[in-house]
Amino acid sequence: MISASVPLQRPAGARLLVVDSGGRIRDMLRSSFPTLLRFGDIVVANDAATLPASILGVHQRTGRSIEVRLAGSESVFHEDIRQFSAVVFGEGNYRTPTERRPSPPELRPGDTLQLGPLTATVLQLLGHPRFVMIRFEGPSASIWEGLARYGHPIQYAHTPTPLAVWDTWTPIAGPPVAFEPPSAGFALDWRTLDAIGRRGVHFVTITHAAGTSSTGDAELDARLPFDEPYQIPEATAQSIRSVQATGGRLIAIGTTVVRALEHAASVHGTIRETTGLATNKVGAAMELRVVDAIVSGTHETGTSHHQLLSAFVDRRTLAKMDEILHQHCYRTHEFGDSVFVEKSRDRAAWMEPVVFVTGHRDAEVLTKAISV
Amino acid sequence: MAIESMETNKGRELTAWKGIRVAVTGGTSGLGLALVRMLLDRGARVAFIARNRDRVERLVRERTHTRGITGDVSQEGDIYSIAIQILGTLGGLDVLINNASSLGPVPLAPLADTNCEDFELALQTNVLGPFRLTKALLGALAASAREGGRPLVVNICSDAAVSAYPNWGAYGASKAALHHMSGIWNAELASQGIQVISWDPGDMDTPLHAAAVPDADSSALKRPEDAARELISKITDLVSPVTEVTQ
Repeated sequence: MISASVPLQRPAGARLLVVDSGGRIRDMLRSSFPTLLRFGDIVVANDAATLPASILGVHQRTGRSIEVRLAGSESVFHEDIRQFSAVVFGEGNYRTPTERRPSPPELRPGDTLQLGPLTATVLQLLGHPRFVMIRFEGPSASIWEGLARYGHPIQYAHTPTPLAVWDTWTPIAGPPVAFEPPSAGFALDWRTLDAIGRRGVHFVTITHAAGTSSTGDAELDARLPFDEPYQIPEATAQSIRSVQATGGRLIAIGTTVVRALEHAASVHGTIRETTGLATNKVGAAMELRVVDAIVSGTHETGTSHHQLLSAFVDRRTLAKMDEILHQHCYRTHEFGDSVFVEKSRDRAAWMEPVVFVTGHRDAEVLTKAISV
Repeated sequence: MAIESMETNKGRELTAWKGIRVAVTGGTSGLGLALVRMLLDRGARVAFIARNRDRVERLVRERTHTRGITGDVSQEGDIYSIAIQILGTLGGLDVLINNASSLGPVPLAPLADTNCEDFELALQTNVLGPFRLTKALLGALAASAREGGRPLVVNICSDAAVSAYPNWGAYGASKAALHHMSGIWNAELASQGIQVISWDPGDMDTPLHAAAVPDADSSALKRPEDAARELISKITDLVSPVTEVTQ
């Protein structure tokens, strides 16, 4: 796969690799995604807007420059804007790959971090020298203003130009509670939502505070995804239950939706209006109770997002999918291409996946047409 | 009958706004200030936006339950900062009132004498600012609709949008664009349950009018409080939940 390095949410040629419930694989233009939906299905997206969660500043005790990346919070309630878990880097910025970023100075409970107009105190270390719980000082309106005016979107070296906040908000973004964009939702423009509605497909949202996707440290990355708070509104819960009752499929837009809904179902036995803290890791060992298909980015093997797909399909199908993504130069990362993966009808049976990638009518817009 | 109906409306106004999340741009003077105060009186949760920090802080001290945001809607770089603060402090949004306006050249000037920069400022403030802010907040407004609310965007317009008043070229042309944009937004967003209207408050005794017509007889102008009352009366039904009519 190749890195998508330009912050374009919906390039005209964005591709979608489709793996259906029978293990068949084909590719299409992502803008044609609504044609995969059937009357009575429900599409669930994450409407979290992305905070400018990277804040440059100074570690007061040593006077050294740091970058603080907010990584998680306890709830999605808008007044809970005071306390965050955070990953702290030493001097530098996103242009240096995270794994090569210098460590921060030694962080101790009680240390003061001066982050532009914001002042934060380190409350405790969270089992790693660069992972801490911090607390912002001052009234919540000042914290909101400080983050809004002084913070920058968390960014990685694969996107060289500085991101603006609008690059990171999906079209449906509402509550500013995510730390990195729930980027599968980049595909959902308003035209697509109208097309979904015209097919008799429900569209609902949850709010899930998508956390950081990379810390630059293998030991810390192994703990990803961190705990993430979510909220399922009553209207969403009702629509999901009614679709379940009539046998429609639930299509999750992004890994965060899968994590939240499966967590809620495991706690409550059903989907109902609730707030929760997703502590689960979705993977091969987990039986999906709620979600039937996922639209997600094209993730590198070994990442938690990639592992999540193994809850939908068996190891061999996933391997075949990865092979096609690589062979045919799908673009990866948050501004890259996407996959649509439907839960395998029989995940236990290890069938050889049938690959019949179709000749694409719009093949000229693809980087490279697929032929197998 | 008419009196009874007016009283019913007034009663509805006193309950319909309770808990409704409203953002008002240009909230520290004229119509915007009157709207902020009256919506707060009716139990709405109000965030207002204005350029001058001192004036913002003064109003927050006067009405401690309101959320004041310092920002300039004519500046592209301020829009998302404003949107984050609106959504962060209110926890969502039901009603957006794009009220902040620019006259363009002050004093007013014929188009032939209007500097391009002044025309651009009118377009940035009166057209692109409301467009950008509405777009940034659409996700939250659509969420309000999905959760049973009746989200509404009000664009404050002017009769200068339809009548060709000499010397009001930059203002009139920009308000005409805002008016037409409102209609198109409304048609396009109906499927998402979001209503968009434009509204002409008439000639009011405001700082903007004083800058445009310095020698106007202010006693002959509408008080902004009266205009605010009219607007709230007009939109109360639009934001009230649809209730089943039982026979």
